[in-house]
Amino acid sequence: MNFKVEGKPVFAYTADHELAPKKPTLVFVHGAGLDHSVFALQSRYFGYHGWNVLALDLPGHGRSAGPPIPSIEALADWVLEVLKHVKIQKPGVIGHSMGSLIALEYAARHAAERIALIGTAYPMKVSEAFLEAARNNQHAAFDMETIWGHAPQVPLGGNPNPGMWMYGDTLARLHRLAPGVLYNDLKACNDYSGGLESAAKVRCPALFILGRRDVMTPPKASQSLSQALKNSRTVTLESSGHSLMAEAPDATLDALTEFFPREADL
Amino acid sequence: MAGPKYPGFDTLALHAGQSPDPATGSRAVPIYQTAAYVFRDTEHAASLFNMERAGHVYSRISNPTVAVLEERVAALEGGVGAVATASGQAALHLAIATLMDAGSHIVASTALYGGSHNLLAYTLGRFGIETTFVSPRDPENFRRALKGNTRLLFGETLGNPGLDVLDIPAVAAIAHEAKLPLLVDSTFTTPYLMQPFALGADLLYHSATKFLGGHGVAIAGVLVDSGRFDWEASGKFATLTAPYQGFHDMDFEEESGTRAFLLRARREGLRDFGACMAPMTAFQILQGIETLHLRMPRHVESTRRIIAFLEKHSAVEKVIYPELPSHPDYELCRKLLPKGAGAVFSFEIKGGRPAGRAFIEALRVFSHLANVGDAKSLVIHPATTTHYRMSDADLKRAGITAGTVRLSIGLEDPQDLIIDLERALKAAVK
Repeated sequence: MNFKVEGKPVFAYTADHELAPKKPTLVFVHGAGLDHSVFALQSRYFGYHGWNVLALDLPGHGRSAGPPIPSIEALADWVLEVLKHVKIQKPGVIGHSMGSLIALEYAARHAAERIALIGTAYPMKVSEAFLEAARNNQHAAFDMETIWGHAPQVPLGGNPNPGMWMYGDTLARLHRLAPGVLYNDLKACNDYSGGLESAAKVRCPALFILGRRDVMTPPKASQSLSQALKNSRTVTLESSGHSLMAEAPDATLDALTEFFPREADL
Repeated sequence: MAGPKYPGFDTLALHAGQSPDPATGSRAVPIYQTAAYVFRDTEHAASLFNMERAGHVYSRISNPTVAVLEERVAALEGGVGAVATASGQAALHLAIATLMDAGSHIVASTALYGGSHNLLAYTLGRFGIETTFVSPRDPENFRRALKGNTRLLFGETLGNPGLDVLDIPAVAAIAHEAKLPLLVDSTFTTPYLMQPFALGADLLYHSATKFLGGHGVAIAGVLVDSGRFDWEASGKFATLTAPYQGFHDMDFEEESGTRAFLLRARREGLRDFGACMAPMTAFQILQGIETLHLRMPRHVESTRRIIAFLEKHSAVEKVIYPELPSHPDYELCRKLLPKGAGAVFSFEIKGGRPAGRAFIEALRVFSHLANVGDAKSLVIHPATTTHYRMSDADLKRAGITAGTVRLSIGLEDPQDLIIDLERALKAAVK
């Protein structure tokens, strides 16, 4: 669906359904330089199983107009503005990578039913070389995001999605970005410093979905966050890297469906 | 700090798309010779049909062996993915049918394979899709032929029959200014010699029957998408950006962004037109791709040796190959094809049709047939075969003469090929 927030066009994928006030809502928040379609399979599933789905394009990404928002805190507040616009309160929030920090911050600041943090770490420090390449809009930044963003076996292994090449998909998304957007996102991750304090404020249950072979946010890098959250559990997917929704789409969906109650249970 | 590295071309040619089979440990790509796949339960079935889970339902839509080939070619080309088809012609048809409806228009190069020309000039017109053909020698010809209903620019990386080198960066720029994609037939160059996406093309396809397979045992095609063309921003592709009643009102671009074109090609094109690839065919093409990086340099090297021989022969009027300074695209070839201009070329034999016929009859190693890109060397004389009904004037308009001979240089000992050619040329001038 297309709408405007603070005067700027915003797009959210709703899995072909109108938002219904009586249904529970899941908000999907993508990672740095990406867009709503990284959750294509998972968001479609929930949309067809009794949930309102809002898979967002953050400002400056996908179909949402820029400029990009430069901090995790401001992005969390922007998500609230979106939800106010569509009259949704207390959603479940599912975030991947940068989106996981936004989900965390959202739950610390605003009411959330549950949060799922996929491929997360705290602090989410970005190497100086990666930041520098992104700052200069060099292709090397796309290469780093692509290669570090998948498990090492991905370029040689089979894609669960028939006929697709995961590296090519990530690169194509990055090529569509306006200059500066990837740097904005990476810097927002790198600069985010209130994670532990925010985690302590979160009252809702949290689920971590981590990839054992994630080289960008390895599982051990989320330990401080899981300890700071009062009610969390972790699912680790053995063969997956950072792009869990693409590398292990079914296992990611299974973890999410177990954490968020099914249609029949509503 | 050195950045991370992608696997090299040779490694991708051998591995991309397949990890050892988890069920059996099979190192080779298994041939999944099955029409359909058992669902775990009813919900799993519903999720697969509704595209909520990844997987296979029916082998016309996708198959695990075919998917390895698709992913491997996409990796070699730097694309987002691929759809394998029953032939190269099926790949071209699938690309066009995915992009446009009746009332649309294509601007295509005149330098096309005859089958592609037939499809565009005669067959698609019956379905309301018109094509304007332009000489690719001046890229501006493409711009001049654009109309309000144009939906695609199309050419071959190395065009038939004169091996015109398509100036992909220039034609792509014209296409993108008009918010249109550029599709190229990359059969003659393969991803080893040229990667069109890096030069600006948006879509490409191969007749995988040729160099990708290399063995001439299977008819096959593969259509690859760069994933970089923004269909939504273009605003000209309702098939990808408007609700599709044939799949629950799905808006393919909204659903999947970079994967929109391939999603529709698979979910509509393979489902409804049905020109899918058989798993055995995919396996056979994969066997060829595993040595593509070894075969192509040898093809090119042998071609260069044979051209050097033919250029000096008194029975040869002219050799047409873009690496020769006499070819009009010599400079462009040096720029776009630094690894070589392939292994298919033409030369003109003195003496017209009778000489051409005598030359063909005298060959012993070259096989006289209508194909290219085989490990075995091939020859055809258009004036007595594919173009035999044409007058000399019509041949000239097609860019060939009564003495034109097309060779596809294989992997035999090049000295044996030269001996064979020498004997045949001697017979031709008798």
